[in-house]
Amino acid sequence: MKKKALALVFAIVIVAALCVGLVACNNGSSDDEIVLPAYENIESVDYSELTIPANFKVGMICLHDNKSTYDKNFIDAMYRAIDELGLSRSQLIIKANIPEDASCTTAATQLVEAGCNVIFADSFGHEKFLVPVAKANPNVQFCHATGVSEHSSSSLPNLHNAFASIYEGRYLAGVAAGMKLNEMIKAGKFTAAEAKIGYVGAYTYAEVISGYTSFYLGAKSVCPTVKMDVQFTGSWYDYSAEKTAAETLIAGGCKLISQHADSMGAPSACEEKGVPNVAYNGSTVTSCPETFIVSSSINWTPYLKHMIAQVATGKAIKANYTGSIKDGSVILTNIGKNASAEGTVEAIVAARKKLVSGELYVFDCANFTVNGKHLTTYMADTDGDYAADTEAIFDLGDGHYVFKESYHRSAPYFDLRIDGITLKNEVM
Amino acid sequence: MTKTKSVKEPILHLVKRSSLPGWKAWIIRALAILGGFIFICIICCAELKTSPFLIIKYMFQGAFMTKTNTNVFFRDVAILLMIALAVTPAFKMKFWNIGAEGQVLISAWACTACMFYLGGKVSNDTLIFIMLLMSLLAGIVWAVIPAIFKAIWNTNETLFTLMMNYIALQVTLYFIKVWVPTGTGSLSPLPYGNLPQIAGGDYLLSIIVSIIFTIAVFGYLKFSKHGYEISVVGESVNTARYIGISVKKVIIRTLVLSGAICGVVGFLLAGGINHMVSDTTVGGRGFTAVLVSWLAQFNPLAMVFTSGIVVFLSNGTTKVMENYGIPNAFLAEVLTGIMFLIIIGCEFFVRYRVIFNKNIFSKKQKATVSCDSNSLHEQVTVSVDEATRSDSSNEDLLDKTESVLTDDDSTLVKSDISDVKANEEVK
Repeated sequence: MKKKALALVFAIVIVAALCVGLVACNNGSSDDEIVLPAYENIESVDYSELTIPANFKVGMICLHDNKSTYDKNFIDAMYRAIDELGLSRSQLIIKANIPEDASCTTAATQLVEAGCNVIFADSFGHEKFLVPVAKANPNVQFCHATGVSEHSSSSLPNLHNAFASIYEGRYLAGVAAGMKLNEMIKAGKFTAAEAKIGYVGAYTYAEVISGYTSFYLGAKSVCPTVKMDVQFTGSWYDYSAEKTAAETLIAGGCKLISQHADSMGAPSACEEKGVPNVAYNGSTVTSCPETFIVSSSINWTPYLKHMIAQVATGKAIKANYTGSIKDGSVILTNIGKNASAEGTVEAIVAARKKLVSGELYVFDCANFTVNGKHLTTYMADTDGDYAADTEAIFDLGDGHYVFKESYHRSAPYFDLRIDGITLKNEVM
Repeated sequence: MTKTKSVKEPILHLVKRSSLPGWKAWIIRALAILGGFIFICIICCAELKTSPFLIIKYMFQGAFMTKTNTNVFFRDVAILLMIALAVTPAFKMKFWNIGAEGQVLISAWACTACMFYLGGKVSNDTLIFIMLLMSLLAGIVWAVIPAIFKAIWNTNETLFTLMMNYIALQVTLYFIKVWVPTGTGSLSPLPYGNLPQIAGGDYLLSIIVSIIFTIAVFGYLKFSKHGYEISVVGESVNTARYIGISVKKVIIRTLVLSGAICGVVGFLLAGGINHMVSDTTVGGRGFTAVLVSWLAQFNPLAMVFTSGIVVFLSNGTTKVMENYGIPNAFLAEVLTGIMFLIIIGCEFFVRYRVIFNKNIFSKKQKATVSCDSNSLHEQVTVSVDEATRSDSSNEDLLDKTESVLTDDDSTLVKSDISDVKANEEVK
């Protein structure tokens, strides 16, 4: 009997300890962060006059649920939009874990039946399966992140695309990376010629290419000798593949790592090896306090508010919405105190001012070469058929050529292989 | 202290049930399902802080509220039921085929390949015919490879069929990359070879096909000679050999059937519902079907209900999460898991009887009646063993095997006892 009582006491103690431990893990350590001031002149639309009927409903289709950083970013943005516009949470229906097949069509149909006035889907592959529902329900508006159909021949009047000029955010994150490299060169850790960034990407297509190139150009703007290696994993979410890729890059002499994929694989590898990391989609400072520099991400709230307000007042949604720094769609997180170089905040703020004013272009042809040449013309694919169709380089006068990204359509189409970046593999 | 330590008697003990009428077993299972639902409601109430009736209401809404919900419910049940029907003949034979996932996926892939390569080049009817043929072939090939290895070299079929799932997945992913070389690598719905829609939707076709197959598989297992051979092989391979059944032939033939049914499911999924194939086409239903089949005790008619319960749970809990604005599948998954655990756990009570020791509170040390009956049971089995080891005639052995085939412990024991008596008389 004594033994039993003792065992019971032990069990209770262990459970209690576990509870305490789990709660303790949730403590965020804001001591490791430096606040990066948000862009001061955000052109936000005034929605205070707006009254949205109580029976107005918003539907949302997510590829995964809020366990995935990608979907969590959308879900949180949607919550903010709903709260800021004064809607109640019961006016939002979220369908989570909807794969990119006929279940997306089913989910959209169910949302229409539930009385949704506008339906938002968050993944590229959902688009094709929204089309039949959009065709059958012309009175319901469908919005889709990262899609391309709006710019193609099969566009529908009630199906809209949206993206953000995230390449600007990546450029700014690249500036922070370049500052860090400069600091390490100064400290004598390696020579300027050895400065190399490693980049873990998901697939070799425009969205990722545009991302790593802008990041590289940002770093190059402060550290002119920098080179870059890119390793692709062939998946948007694969912890071990991303971790292995980051470790391979570090072993190959990369002094700083960034990534465009959704797991914690690359940041964890960096924290283990003590290599600085620039993240994406959100801050990793709580799990990687020693190596996290900064993270760029898209804030979807401005677009979602626009979408809801336009539908509620019976006005047209912008068919091809490209969020930017100006409207608060492209943002940077706070900066990691331990890993970032001195003066990073000031450098980012200065570069951001120039980007917004139009003084600085991310893809300025003077700043990069392809096969040793500065480009003056390039035909990009902007309708999603993977064949070049539209001139993307513009002459601003006096021989100043720039590649205008997200100009013809919201989703990125910059897919040039510029000098200084080595692709270790390619996964389409 | 003197050595008069009392013999400790357990509060309860377990006795293997020698006989339990089928209806009693089903009552136990029904009670378990009911108990499971009550338990789920309690958890929901604690987690979401609402009334249990609301939870039940939302669960029914999730399955049946709108026309689409109802259609989706019956279509999902039909697909799950078909896959369960596919694995059942093999399970009855104790061939643990857990490769239905891969068999369905590879058929869906084969079907999509026909749509992709032949779409627009041949007439739609011809294309659908070729699609069906290729789906059947792919399913059969995927099922029969492990069957041949099992029949000839006695390899482990569980591992083998499991591995085949991954090969099927990789083949599918590879070809999606070939077909869609750029972009995120997801196939658009193909406009060719779409199965005819009955009553304006893609729902009814699967439902009709599943009804036909349920009746057919039930008849096949219950009334045909093949069905009888399957159950003999399942009970004892040696017995099957003894009475002249070619075990190899039965294994391969049964898996051809399994593969063919999986082929039909793949054909319906790719040609009728998705009009394309992706890594989520089957979505784990190949594994869920194992549970559906097992819960129904391999009875095709009972599977209609078990697959219904599984789909109801999944659609219902998803709706509950949706209504409470929880953008996460964790609670739905936990609830489904709890339900399955309870249903599987109830099989324990179908197989064993729990007997409480009534004398535990009175201090007297007296062996209980049930204990006596238990030891009696042991004695009987021991004597049966002895009897069979001694000179039992061929006829006795045949009697025994027949009683084994009836799949009922009670008759086994009875016939054993009669054997013992017969032997005693001979002596």
